[in-house]
Amino acid sequence: MTKTWQERLRAGLKGLYFPVAAILAAVVLSSIVMAILGFDPLYAYQCLLKGAFGNTNSIGETLVKTTPLIFAAVAFALPMRCGIFNLGATGQLYIGAILGSLVGVRFAGMPAVLHIPLMLLAGFAGGALYGVFAGWLRHRFGANELISTIMLNHVAIQLLAYCVAGPLKDPATAATSTPQSAQMVASVKLPVILPGTRLHAGLILAVLCLVFYYVFLWKTTRGYEMRVVGLNPGAGEYAGMSVRKNQLLAMLLAGGIAGIGGCVELMSVQSRLIQQFAGNIGFDGVAVALLGGNSPVGIALAGILFGALSAGAGRMQMLAKVPNATVYITQGLIILFVVGRELFRIRSRRKNKPSSRTAGPRSMEKEAV
Amino acid sequence: MLDWITNFLSSDIMTATPLLITALGAVYSERAGILNIGNEGLMLTGAFFGATVSWITGSAFVGAVAAMAAAMVLNLILAFFVITVKANQVVAGLAINTLASGLTVTLNRLIFGVSTTVPKIDVFDKVAIPGLCKIPVIGEAFFNQSLVVYLTYLLVPVLAFVLKRTNIGLKIRSVGEHPQACDTVGISVTGVRYGTMLFAGALAGLGGAFTSMGQLSFFVEDMVSGRGYMALAAVVFGNYTPVGVMGACLMFGAASALQYRLQTTATWIPYQFWIMLPYVITIIALCCYRKKSNRPACHGQAYAKM
Repeated sequence: MTKTWQERLRAGLKGLYFPVAAILAAVVLSSIVMAILGFDPLYAYQCLLKGAFGNTNSIGETLVKTTPLIFAAVAFALPMRCGIFNLGATGQLYIGAILGSLVGVRFAGMPAVLHIPLMLLAGFAGGALYGVFAGWLRHRFGANELISTIMLNHVAIQLLAYCVAGPLKDPATAATSTPQSAQMVASVKLPVILPGTRLHAGLILAVLCLVFYYVFLWKTTRGYEMRVVGLNPGAGEYAGMSVRKNQLLAMLLAGGIAGIGGCVELMSVQSRLIQQFAGNIGFDGVAVALLGGNSPVGIALAGILFGALSAGAGRMQMLAKVPNATVYITQGLIILFVVGRELFRIRSRRKNKPSSRTAGPRSMEKEAV
Repeated sequence: MLDWITNFLSSDIMTATPLLITALGAVYSERAGILNIGNEGLMLTGAFFGATVSWITGSAFVGAVAAMAAAMVLNLILAFFVITVKANQVVAGLAINTLASGLTVTLNRLIFGVSTTVPKIDVFDKVAIPGLCKIPVIGEAFFNQSLVVYLTYLLVPVLAFVLKRTNIGLKIRSVGEHPQACDTVGISVTGVRYGTMLFAGALAGLGGAFTSMGQLSFFVEDMVSGRGYMALAAVVFGNYTPVGVMGACLMFGAASALQYRLQTTATWIPYQFWIMLPYVITIIALCCYRKKSNRPACHGQAYAKM
């Protein structure tokens, strides 16, 4: 902690080199793809940018999309720092939302200061249970978490579909076939923080989540243990740190955070539980975390970028007629270039220096399946 | 009752086939030390290009070839990143999945628009084997399938033999176990890994094509829905051998087949729970931890020449 702020700034700027190079390369490549498909990439990106940052409303919309991405990204980044891949943010988010909705549709008239935390707590509990279950499967039965979390996502998607069609279906619309839950009551509705837009207080919660992530991982003993276990499980064990305990806790926290993210969506843009309401948020969160290098500031910046992509895609589709799914081509390329960062390493000097092999904790490479 | 069994077996083989084709390719690349999470995207690409090219040309065969070629190209990109650039294999695989999802949805909307009418395409036709298909109960299920199905099951012993008993198989296995030693004796680690990736890509493409031209007869956005990952689970559960993988895939296929039957007959349980069944079975299969695994020692690691 003896770094001066100049050194920190320099390190920060250096850290930006690879992500920026990756984004540029991905944008250029996807422009070429768009051009091949017969679109005008310049016009498309112009529309996208306008749709994402054109006016106050669109900036608000970008940040609305950023909010759940940050929760999902932390849900991936925290276990990854501890040496475990959590691809199950989607499932944890849904289970959290199901439990949260049980609180959210009841207790009308309870003061918001009590009701909102109560619902978030329920969401945390649901997501945490689901997250820790995947961790337990890995440690108790050796079930690889990469595949098991994805399978658990599909299970959660069906569970949600069942809940909104069956036990949690809105009694008011029971006669119709629309599978949706009752509306969340007014006291869990998050206030709008930027008048004239949909931007809600969930963004503040997301920022708090990032602060928690930073403080917990870098300022507490438990967080230190987690990072040691992630970097080198052998050394961790030797120093008396339990890999199992730390990874289970990481999955618990990650699942809980994803669950809170699900509840925040219910308290703001969704207001009702419906099938697959989170769409691709879980996997987008993984992309955000990777682009952000699993660091709090990186996640925030990458979250805004992906939020902008998602918010601007609608306008791009409307005006430039480019299908909004095209942004997934860009996203995929960004991750590919971020993880293939060696492509952009400038090798003019020190050719014989052994280069560091890959990004991410070393245990990742060995532990895979 | 006998009819039920025949239908069930037929449906089991039908649902197991795309998993098995993909998993057979994955066995080879996994044995060479590459963890290919990108299977999901490869299958999706295969499903799209198979159906689309079959629609354009009117030939399921050309469609299948196009599906294999497209998935090979995509897997080659992945191979470049994980072998040459030495990127983290899990993350690069996830990127390929995102890329494939974006690409297929974009192309699908461009070519077919958002219309709801399903275009008529040429699919893999069923070919009854004379004589054998008359065997009671199993004949109809085993010997009245499409050529791709027969080929897949014939491929199992061939691939098992190649992997276990031939020089090529030995090379593939050693590259996964000890790349450095292979390098020392003059086996090109990079070459072997690229080769298995191309092979795995082609098979995953065909597996995907079977979902859109064998099981269904059109392409649906994100239609693979986790089957790429299931194929990977089958590789783990089948202990990295072609025959084991076949068993695993038939088991997963049985879960799916059972799911389809019970959704309509056992309605006292909500159908969503039946849809979960194959995923739950996959999780249970993953939990069957084995001490003597054939998992290669250098699985998931890039090889850097010293």
